[in-house]
Amino acid sequence: MSEKLQTTSLDDVILPIKILDEIETVCKEKKLNSNQKEKLIQIIKKEYMNSSFEPGEAIGIVSAQSISEPATQMTMRTFHFAGSSGIQVTLGLPRLIEIFDAKKEPTTSTMTLYLKKKYNNKTDSERVADTITEKSLRNFVETVSLDLVNKRIRIKFKKIKKSDLKDTVAKLQKKVKDYKISIKENAMALESKEKQLTIKDLQRIKKRLLDLAVTGIQSVKNAIVVKEGDDWVIKTLGSNFLKVQSFEEIDFMRSYTNNVHEVASVLGIEAARMALIKEIKNTMKQQGLDIDVRHIMLVVDTMTFSGEIKPIGRYGVAGMKQSILTRAGFEETIKHLVKASLRQEEDTFNAIFDNVMVNQLVPIGTGMFDLIAKLGEE
Amino acid sequence: MLEKIVFGVLDPEIIRKMSAAKINKTELYDQEGYPIEGGLMDPRLGVIDPGLRCRTCGGSVGECQGHFGHLELTRPVVHVHYSKIIYTLLRMTCQKCGRILLDQAGIEKFATGKKSFKKLKSMMKAKCPYCGETQKKMKFLKPTTFIEDKTMLDSNQVRERLQKITDADLIYFGIRGMRPESLIITLLPVPPVTVRPSITLETGERSEDDLTHKLVDIVRINKRLAENIDLGAPDFIIQDLWELLQYHVATYINNEISGVPPARHRSGRILKTLTQRLKTKEGRFRHNLIGKRVNYCARTVVSPDPLININEVGIPLLIAKELTKTINVNEKNIEHVREMIKRYPEWPTVNYVIRPDGRKKKVNELNKEEISKEIGIGHTIEKQLEDGDWAIFNRQPSLHRMSMMGHKVRVMPYQTFRLNLLVCPPYNADFDGDEMNLHVPQVEEAQTEIKLLMDVPNHIRSPRFSGPIIGCSKDHITSLYLLTHGQREFTRKEVVELIRSCGIEIEIPNKKKISGKEVFSLFLPKGFKIEYKASCCIGCPKCLKEKCPYDAYVVVKNGELLTGTIDKKSVSAFSGKMLDEIDKKYGHEFTKEFLYNMTRFALKFLTRYGFSVSISDQDLDEKIMKKIDEIIEEARKEVDEMIKDFKKGKIETLVRTTPRQSLEAIIRKKMADTLNKIADIVEKNVTDNNTVIMAKSGARGSMINLVQCAACLGQEAIKGERIKIGFHRRTFSHFKPGDISLESKGFVRNGYKQGLNPFEFFFDAMNSREGLMDKSLKTRHSGYLERRLIGALQDLKVEYDGTARDSGNKIIQFVPGEDGLDPSKIQKGGINVRKIADDIFG
Repeated sequence: MSEKLQTTSLDDVILPIKILDEIETVCKEKKLNSNQKEKLIQIIKKEYMNSSFEPGEAIGIVSAQSISEPATQMTMRTFHFAGSSGIQVTLGLPRLIEIFDAKKEPTTSTMTLYLKKKYNNKTDSERVADTITEKSLRNFVETVSLDLVNKRIRIKFKKIKKSDLKDTVAKLQKKVKDYKISIKENAMALESKEKQLTIKDLQRIKKRLLDLAVTGIQSVKNAIVVKEGDDWVIKTLGSNFLKVQSFEEIDFMRSYTNNVHEVASVLGIEAARMALIKEIKNTMKQQGLDIDVRHIMLVVDTMTFSGEIKPIGRYGVAGMKQSILTRAGFEETIKHLVKASLRQEEDTFNAIFDNVMVNQLVPIGTGMFDLIAKLGEE
Repeated sequence: MLEKIVFGVLDPEIIRKMSAAKINKTELYDQEGYPIEGGLMDPRLGVIDPGLRCRTCGGSVGECQGHFGHLELTRPVVHVHYSKIIYTLLRMTCQKCGRILLDQAGIEKFATGKKSFKKLKSMMKAKCPYCGETQKKMKFLKPTTFIEDKTMLDSNQVRERLQKITDADLIYFGIRGMRPESLIITLLPVPPVTVRPSITLETGERSEDDLTHKLVDIVRINKRLAENIDLGAPDFIIQDLWELLQYHVATYINNEISGVPPARHRSGRILKTLTQRLKTKEGRFRHNLIGKRVNYCARTVVSPDPLININEVGIPLLIAKELTKTINVNEKNIEHVREMIKRYPEWPTVNYVIRPDGRKKKVNELNKEEISKEIGIGHTIEKQLEDGDWAIFNRQPSLHRMSMMGHKVRVMPYQTFRLNLLVCPPYNADFDGDEMNLHVPQVEEAQTEIKLLMDVPNHIRSPRFSGPIIGCSKDHITSLYLLTHGQREFTRKEVVELIRSCGIEIEIPNKKKISGKEVFSLFLPKGFKIEYKASCCIGCPKCLKEKCPYDAYVVVKNGELLTGTIDKKSVSAFSGKMLDEIDKKYGHEFTKEFLYNMTRFALKFLTRYGFSVSISDQDLDEKIMKKIDEIIEEARKEVDEMIKDFKKGKIETLVRTTPRQSLEAIIRKKMADTLNKIADIVEKNVTDNNTVIMAKSGARGSMINLVQCAACLGQEAIKGERIKIGFHRRTFSHFKPGDISLESKGFVRNGYKQGLNPFEFFFDAMNSREGLMDKSLKTRHSGYLERRLIGALQDLKVEYDGTARDSGNKIIQFVPGEDGLDPSKIQKGGINVRKIADDIFG
């Protein structure tokens, strides 16, 4: 191969844009003339040719190994505080496994919200953090009593602004349509339209009522403000990326969630790809492990190239392979054989497992081609 | 070359055609012990006894692969693995006319839209659009029973239903190239005896395979069913027997059906039937088809040998005499081969000679002359392993490709494999009893590939992080630190003696005094230049660069080490910057020689200079000890104060935590800070003894280790928290219940050197137990992660057009890694344009 590389003309080499840009900036910095620039490009082209992949390279296996080899050194310790404050995030091996499983909801989903310039200060950020936090009725209530005779639930509110109270009650009314609500200054009474209620029912209703979310964004359980450099950043426990968009104060362009499925549904698959790369990279970095991004990219690309996020494993990438024998050799042997027999599927021996099974050369690396020797020639 | 395999379902016609014998007898052998014709060990089904010949094809054991027979079932039964699809077919086709329960519009919609069963189910009509029949309710009772409006359908009825379904309709169910009635078994193929060989025990008794046992059951019930039908037995008896036949055929196929008691051997052992043979890690697929066993391999304990090169492996003579390499005899080597054979018992010689007709002959002292005359072109010999042969060396777990590398054989005395210490990091090997494996390639092609692709120098750069994975560790680094740190000087005589005693032939400058830095420079390539901060850099706020007072700023110009100390950052595996640069600039082969020579010298140097650690290295000044005492006392006081405040309810809580959690968090942080403070003091006041040198140079251990030995272990934590006061509200009965002071919750005031008190000892043991548990759990999880990742990515490769594709030829990446660069060929980050420009234009 190296022989061939040397004989291919340097003119055929197309440099990636990233390197070309770098050449431009370096040339400007060093004030190189066109001859010198040409010389530099030639040298870099040669370097690029010598450092690029050779056909047949088993990049999949190399990437898989490059990720799982350091994974053996990761800790199982699940939680870590993000920053100095209260939001705990799953990290280490459990988080890595979670990402590759493409779990619909991570065990600890969290959003990082940046604010627009106008609101980038302590008071505003704390206000926003407060408004987006999902709060149940319990947070506004001072006392609750049960009127057992009239089958009513009486709620006395904490001292809050009247307008706020009205808002809360209005929201509440929307959520509980089966109840009659009557307001009296700082108190409220609820009466069920259904008449036959036992005390037990009433207790149950009370509990449900108090846990009812009235304000904030659904599933945002906690939000704290952290100062990062010049920015006041809101970190949340629980994620709802779609709803966050509607807040005027939040700079949606910079905001981030660690729930990749949400990223995929809100921003699309390319964004989800970037989010996956970022998540894996951060998990590795936090553990002090060093992995080339290229490996992470390849894994993430196999997870996302079909347009949706597929997990690594039998229900995802590995279970959807074309080759029957590969699938049977991986997991759930019988299921795949039965399925293949019904459809008269064919296995064409393009994959590794298939060829290993029948003792044939594997079509990867040096097994990808045949050699023909020219005999009788000098 | 096998090009493809087509999967399908055998229909009775084909089973009958491929059958060599009809099986209908329950007995296996007659009185004389010969297999009965028509029995399950029918001689027409193949041979398993050596010396006999197959009645069907005439082959002997090994030649004859065996032949299928067939068994005609008196009544059909359902195939368990297909019962689900049978249910789908029954439910979604008309019970009268067999057409699909979709009108023309529905079919069109389904064919063009999304093709899933769920969709199909929702589009189903309750009345047949073709014959108008109202559909009765279908029920499926796992595993093999179908109920229609409370009456059970028997397999004959099911079969009739399935027969009515048209081929055109089947496509909508994802069925192609087969008739659904084949899913009901009427003719059972009987596998050849070679698949289920019987074993003759020492007592002469025959022990049959599980499959044979199961088949005997089937034949027996089948026969009984036929007899009962012939006798005109009452329906319920026939029904019972039929169900029994269904049970036996079902467990013959799969003996782990939920809700069905597994079939057992007489001894009570659960039988291993067809599905169990294929399934799981121990099944045919994963155990025998994916995993293979090999010949020409060896395994033994490894031990170090710094004197052999890094791409060599020392092999005990004993193993070299046993392992062989296949060689074809031709005009050029025939004389050499003859000599080798004549030499016989003396190594290196030939163990076996294989004639062109395939006959293998062992060479011995009596026939060696005869064989050496007899041998000619076209023969093959199995030659004993010699110096210079290539072999693959491997240590498990083989986590990455550097776990299997090509080494050159070096035959040596004694009984262990020898390897250079520099290749320990990629194999992750040490010498506390580790064993490693060796594989000898047999064909020229394999040997060439090992030499060109798997050779050790090719793997100096790890594809994982684009840096060196082969490099110095431990003593190498200590030695180089001692050699290059400061202005150490040697007389020329000393240097000559050191270098020449390693057998290294490099020119030594003709000076009276040679500094350590100059000695190291002798190994560096000419014109080499690099600048970086060494590992012993303490990170001053303002770097003085060349004038670093700690000699931690490495400057190499024109192959001369000018300032700085050579330590971990320079030459170690994983983080050696100098190694990285040399490998990039001068190639793998040069780096190999550089490392080999330099480390040999380094070890020699350390041996001459002497290096030992002592317990007194961990002695601290009384003044420092007092200071540490003060710090701890201060911290203790503060914590006590906090606890007091907490009990009074005066604690400032963090966001959304309980006061108790806040207190714990604050104490944890406080204790971590305290230990850091102690570490700072120790680090600043410690004298440069050998233990400290090891830590500073990065050879082994760290400052934290030293502090934990000399001063204080600090707070022990379980699951990230101070040790919990469990059910009895205290850790030991020596504390008061509810005591949350430092002592009670696992603070260890002493260091290992002072010794721990019983409480502290126990807390420390708790911590290390957690570590052990963590480790054993972790390996399981990460092992499975690896398997899944490999399963998902194994077929990806770079095609000739530069794209990354999978086995289905789908493009995963147009340019792999966005820039097409191979991480094992670049320095970290890719091509550094600026550096290249600096090199040519200054």
